[in-house]
Amino acid sequence: MTMMNRVSKRSKGTGLAVVLLAAALLAASHAPAASPAAVGIKDFKFAPSPLTVPAGATVTWTNHDEEPHTITSTSGAFGSAGLSNEETFTQTFTRPGTYTYFCALHRHMKATVVVR
Amino acid sequence: MDRIDRRGFLECMAWTGAAVVWTASSGVLSSRLAAPASAAEAPTGAFSFVQISDTHVGFKGQANSDAAATLQQVIDRVNALPSRPAFVLHTGDQTHGQKAGAFDTVAELLKGVKTERVFYVPGEHDVFLDGGKEYLSRYGKGTVDGRGWQSFDYKGTHFVGLVNVLKYKGEGMGSLGQEQIEWLEKDVGGLSGSTPIVVFSHVPLWAVYPQWGWTTEDAERALGYLRRFGSVTVLNGHIHQVVQKVEGTVSFHTAMSTAFPQPAPGSAPAPGPMKIPEAEARRMIGVTEVAYVPGKHPLAVVDSTLG
Repeated sequence: MTMMNRVSKRSKGTGLAVVLLAAALLAASHAPAASPAAVGIKDFKFAPSPLTVPAGATVTWTNHDEEPHTITSTSGAFGSAGLSNEETFTQTFTRPGTYTYFCALHRHMKATVVVR
Repeated sequence: MDRIDRRGFLECMAWTGAAVVWTASSGVLSSRLAAPASAAEAPTGAFSFVQISDTHVGFKGQANSDAAATLQQVIDRVNALPSRPAFVLHTGDQTHGQKAGAFDTVAELLKGVKTERVFYVPGEHDVFLDGGKEYLSRYGKGTVDGRGWQSFDYKGTHFVGLVNVLKYKGEGMGSLGQEQIEWLEKDVGGLSGSTPIVVFSHVPLWAVYPQWGWTTEDAERALGYLRRFGSVTVLNGHIHQVVQKVEGTVSFHTAMSTAFPQPAPGSAPAPGPMKIPEAEARRMIGVTEVAYVPGKHPLAVVDSTLG
């Protein structure tokens, strides 16, 4: 509050900049990572694996192969339909843990999402 | 089997324009025409059938913009054969992604084949979304306990359709499972060793390229019950290219897809559809005709491409 009182004596532009900076710093300390969590499927491989994300993050998978693939969790917690070329699947991970998954068409394709 | 010299060969080719069938008997190659010039020449008991595989209806990629269209062209090719096939074997991967309506499209198109019947075995693309529920509800009737495997006899040849895409163990290769192998043992156990056997299944029943899942982990146990027979022909799909192997009395053969080719083993990072122009891909997709002539071992297998 003291900071804000002092700021009000300066020009509007500077004051606004300081408020925005304060807001950004506040947001950054509480929110999940700003960059989207993404997994690409290419040449029958999930990458990156493991993908580490904070709890609450949403992961988006995109299939870059002409061959369909699925994202099927080993525990049954989540699963996609068959993804055609350039189709996507998203899943939000609320609980921390290690989630292994595979492709139902190509069972040797395995990967992991680590949720902290 | 007539042995013909080069001049005779060329004369025959000019006369009928038919495909030439190469068969191996006791390690000696000899040739004959794929279809006799007239029905009267066909020995009694001879017949032919067609193997269509990996139709992948629904696929749209660089190598093929319309998999249903190339399947129709293959069907037109089959209907133009000089001798009508007794039946068709579809060795799996009817649809590309099990999308709604795709199974119907395949069934409708295959109704256009001039033949008595179509027999099916599933590929992994036919069962991956629901563990085979939709496939078996359509094609489980008439198979053993509705599980998809089956056998039938035609003019003295015993045909066995096996399912090797429903028992995955995580290594991404084909698997038959104990139950099916035990059924096979009983199914062929009472047959005389001179009965010609034809086995058809989706994933190759020998180790074509295990790194890409191009093998069936428990096929050796199944083949163990078949090695006593004088003529065994194994017809597979899955790999979208022709690969052949002979092991004693067993001849293995994989068919092309009617939709798109896949790379030769190890020649690409992964076994997905080749990314080549359609005109080039047409020369690598097609159909297989198999002919049986009594007394001639093994069965004669002829592959022909669309382009």
